[in-house]
Amino acid sequence: MSGLLRVLLAAAVVVLAVVLQVAALPVVSVNGVVPNLVLLVVVAASVVRGPGYGAVVGFAGGLLLDLAPPADHVAGQWALALVLVAALAGRVRTEARHSPLAVVGLVAVCSFVATSVFALTGALLGDHALPAGQMVQVVLIALLWDVVVAPLVVPLLMPVFHRPTTHELAA
Amino acid sequence: MAVRRLRRGAPTPRGSGRPAIHTADRGGFGRQRKRGSGLVVGAMITASVVVLTLDAGGQGDAPVEAARDSVGAVVGPVETATAALARPVREAMAYMSSNKELRDEVATLSSENSRLRHQADQTPLDRQRLAELDGLTRSANETGQALVASRVVAVGPMQSFSRTVTIDAGRSSGVRKDMTVLNNDGLVGRVVRTTRSTATVLLVVDTESVVGGRLGSNREIGFLRGRGVTDGRSRLDLDLADNTVTPAKGDVVVTWGSQGGRPYVAGVPIGRVESVYSTPRELSKQAVIAPFVDFTSLDVVGVVVPRDTEGDRIVLNGEVDQ
Repeated sequence: MSGLLRVLLAAAVVVLAVVLQVAALPVVSVNGVVPNLVLLVVVAASVVRGPGYGAVVGFAGGLLLDLAPPADHVAGQWALALVLVAALAGRVRTEARHSPLAVVGLVAVCSFVATSVFALTGALLGDHALPAGQMVQVVLIALLWDVVVAPLVVPLLMPVFHRPTTHELAA
Repeated sequence: MAVRRLRRGAPTPRGSGRPAIHTADRGGFGRQRKRGSGLVVGAMITASVVVLTLDAGGQGDAPVEAARDSVGAVVGPVETATAALARPVREAMAYMSSNKELRDEVATLSSENSRLRHQADQTPLDRQRLAELDGLTRSANETGQALVASRVVAVGPMQSFSRTVTIDAGRSSGVRKDMTVLNNDGLVGRVVRTTRSTATVLLVVDTESVVGGRLGSNREIGFLRGRGVTDGRSRLDLDLADNTVTPAKGDVVVTWGSQGGRPYVAGVPIGRVESVYSTPRELSKQAVIAPFVDFTSLDVVGVVVPRDTEGDRIVLNGEVDQ
């Protein structure tokens, strides 16, 4: 597959994740919390391709999540949270990609970090402030959702970001 | 601050001079690439912080708002299409969960219905009064506003801590910022942002939402604030302006309306007083309001528009077309 096609495919996956997250997944929401598909895309991209690539995917996905309707929070919050997640996931990727269980564990950590970073930046900016107890509840439900959905989604996402090997390039 | 810390934390060893690109796929990522990725991560963090600062500091007309508009123009229709595809699933799930509940409800309602029918037959006087009321409502409708009907196509995730939804009517249907959104049960929220074909609605249960409310029984006014939860327990807090007034439990709260009906038109039912409490620190009495609208299953909503609105959607005037 050519380079441009790969970039387009990755972009399509990010857009699809954002759209599904707001338009289709509210059907299964628990207290309004839905599985964070964009986070799973970012984790998969970082584990396969490393922190640099993951950070670009994280920034693009986060910014789209910040700007696409019905977002009303200060833009950049998800972008920042997901770039940090990419840096984290990219650094432990050698450990993570040899075992599916490690990937699920990584998703759990990343989910916690992402929602917490979002909550903290929101609190700093005084935007849509919720009581701390409720925020913790949201963070935990989100973590559970992401852990449940990760085994179904991440294996599908990894091949999308897979770098072609030298054999494929030569062929 | 975060930028610096992360840059320092990321290991940036000397490059070995080996062109590390396109080497082994597994394990052996070259040092050169590691340093490069640290730079990319730093750049992305900086970019995020720049966006944050632009949006937090800007006064509505910042470049971010333009970006929101163009992203909305592209993503909005995709959301509408996806929601249409997902709707059968949603309806099936709703059917399954509510089937048992509905059967119980049918039994209760049919017994109540026969009792009420009996009462109605006995009191033709009441029916006359009802006809009068009906006329009043109609005239109120005629002098008042019109509705544009639309459907909820996307719901913001709770992870964003804001309660907002996207509806599939936008500027092309005459929907503008700061218009009232309601449904069959009562007040839903107000429009905060529009694109050509969609609009973003801030629900009244959002913590940023403040609505002027009036108690149905004694016309006292106050402000309703959302608590940010939209599950079964979603509630609003009512602060009454007059601290000598104690709202009665079960009292209905309606909007008192703003100048020109924006963002809220007057007289839209919001909810019922569930409990009343007062804190020693605050002078005014506070009441907890249970909203009439079920925010977990929002679907068809109406946007209150001026009567002469023309757009690509039917404007409901409250008149019956013959």
